[in-house]
Amino acid sequence: MTAPATLIDKLWDAHEILRREDGASLLWIDRHLVHEGSHHAFARLAARQLPVAEPALTFAVVDHYAPTRDRDHVADPDVARMIATLGGNARAHGLREFDLGDPWQGIVHVIGPELGLTLPGLAITCGDSHSSTHGAFGALAFGIGATEVAHVLATQTVWQRRPKTLRISVSGTLSPAVTAKDLALHWIAELGADGARGHAIEYAGPAVRALSMEGRMTLCNLSIEGGARFGVISPDETTVAYLEARPYAPAGADWPAAVAQWQGLRSDPEAQFDREIEIDGQAVAPTVTWGTSPEEALPITARIPDPATRPARKAAQARAALAYMGLEPGRPLIGVPVDQVFIGSCTNGRIEDLRQAALVLRGRKAKVPGLVSPGSSQVKRQAEREGLDRVFAEAGLDWVASGCSMCVGMNGDVVAPGKRCASSTNRNFRGRQGRGARTHLMSPAMVAAAAVTGALADVRPLLQGRG
Amino acid sequence: MAGWERHEGVAVSLPLEGIDTDQLIPARFMSAPRSAGYGGFLLHDMRFDPDGALRPEMVLNRHPEASVLVARRNFGSGSSREAAVYALADFGIRAVIAPSFGDIFAANAVNNGLLPAQVSPDAVERLIAALNGGAAPARIDLAVGTVTIAGQAIDFALDAIWKRKLINGWDDIDLTASHRAEIAGFADRRRRAAPWVWPARDVREPRAE
Repeated sequence: MTAPATLIDKLWDAHEILRREDGASLLWIDRHLVHEGSHHAFARLAARQLPVAEPALTFAVVDHYAPTRDRDHVADPDVARMIATLGGNARAHGLREFDLGDPWQGIVHVIGPELGLTLPGLAITCGDSHSSTHGAFGALAFGIGATEVAHVLATQTVWQRRPKTLRISVSGTLSPAVTAKDLALHWIAELGADGARGHAIEYAGPAVRALSMEGRMTLCNLSIEGGARFGVISPDETTVAYLEARPYAPAGADWPAAVAQWQGLRSDPEAQFDREIEIDGQAVAPTVTWGTSPEEALPITARIPDPATRPARKAAQARAALAYMGLEPGRPLIGVPVDQVFIGSCTNGRIEDLRQAALVLRGRKAKVPGLVSPGSSQVKRQAEREGLDRVFAEAGLDWVASGCSMCVGMNGDVVAPGKRCASSTNRNFRGRQGRGARTHLMSPAMVAAAAVTGALADVRPLLQGRG
Repeated sequence: MAGWERHEGVAVSLPLEGIDTDQLIPARFMSAPRSAGYGGFLLHDMRFDPDGALRPEMVLNRHPEASVLVARRNFGSGSSREAAVYALADFGIRAVIAPSFGDIFAANAVNNGLLPAQVSPDAVERLIAALNGGAAPARIDLAVGTVTIAGQAIDFALDAIWKRKLINGWDDIDLTASHRAEIAGFADRRRRAAPWVWPARDVREPRAE
């Protein structure tokens, strides 16, 4: 009999090549995903004249700098150079690259799962903090910096310290129009943006089980906004059904063998976590951020907090956030006018996200301009088959190509200084969407509600009689 | 990367919570090669006004000789961009003192010889009060785990693995090379036990539409 273990511990043990006497684990990596931002790591490799250790386990994709319009003529020379550099590195090392013209191009955390590159039981790294997304499949997936990217390229391994474990159990069911995004913002507001620092999170409970793979990915994606580098959900029938027949998923006799091995990827009933948090699924409301950290989030029906009612240190922080955001304390969140909207990103750019936004927008007009960037070229084609692109266009929103786009602004899709954007993305940091940009994070349906009302709005009345 | 054990320099404080990676280096600067130097990008939008002029009142502009930065909780939260560490290191910062750090930022910092020294929130408040918006001499002893700023000696917490690494200036790729046989053995066993882990090779690629 082995001691009861958590899913996180099982995944860790399955990838630990050795442990140094000081406690550092050398982990084997099954999938390494690289993007344009990996140029520092490739430069390190080149400086040491090292090859990529496992090109067959390394995949490259253009996403952070991907233009969302007029892809045949990349106007910005910096953007063109970043994309060309990745292409050059991929060719030099024999990597499969999903470049701008590839029918499978998209955001790395969207295409990994949809191509079946992401599988339960794998260890997956990428030089991007939202790599925790892949944990939705029961994978040990985490973001790493450029030095570690270079290390994985050179050795297919990485040194890590075993994280503490935190289980977030969500009881009951989420209410209609309440999504995984709302659940994530809810727990981050409760625990703080560093609340899960040093921990790997396992999400559990009936409300998590009931989520689609898209919802689970949104939840795991946002783990890092609460400070956790890892977020996992144990695989089940939903996971298996999602993955079957995906292009890179196991095929033939490998498929049943893989599915059989995945059965063991769950925390043992008696397993001990370092921390446990319980959340009542019914208590989660449509949630929006009001400040400049994801922890500064409230139900849409709330009022903007008054710094004067907070402890001194918190008060200064809230005052600074409200000044940056251009908001008055005490006024209701509902009705705060927005200048534009954005739907997309690795957090909420999947087909289900677009369907939920379209459900609100169908037959309605947006009062403000906005951009809809599907998370991948496959998502884009699927949405077009379903006619969602027409819903967005008829509402007055721009339907563009896939990439990280206005979530991070590297490709030139930015929010102008002082402008307020309702956004389905992951960070409301100062300057994230462009210098001086004011970002409110929310679910895609809530972004759609902001579009049709021209202000922060509760999506629930807008869904009456729909879906 | 050179290891280090002691540092004597100048400390300043930035009394803010959640100085995230997007503030440490805005995304628009991240396409530059490292050889260009990242110091000018550090906290760019805090240090420069929208017209590109230096904000004279900003503490790092008043004290460009600063090498130790004191800040409030959740320093370096957010992105995995190592460029945030490059910006600090290239500006000349050797240590950041704060009650908590973003996990990925802290790992990146150690990989570049930058010390993420964790101290209690109260200790940070004492340091902020002692610095009073200005600069003061700072001394760091890594092996002992103390930082002394404006005469105040404070113990900091640092993971033992990271302390060793900072002092020795280890390069992980060299270190890992000595484990080549164990890695190859692990990969062989994994391939036998779970052949499905290796991605399918006869993937039917779609045609561009």
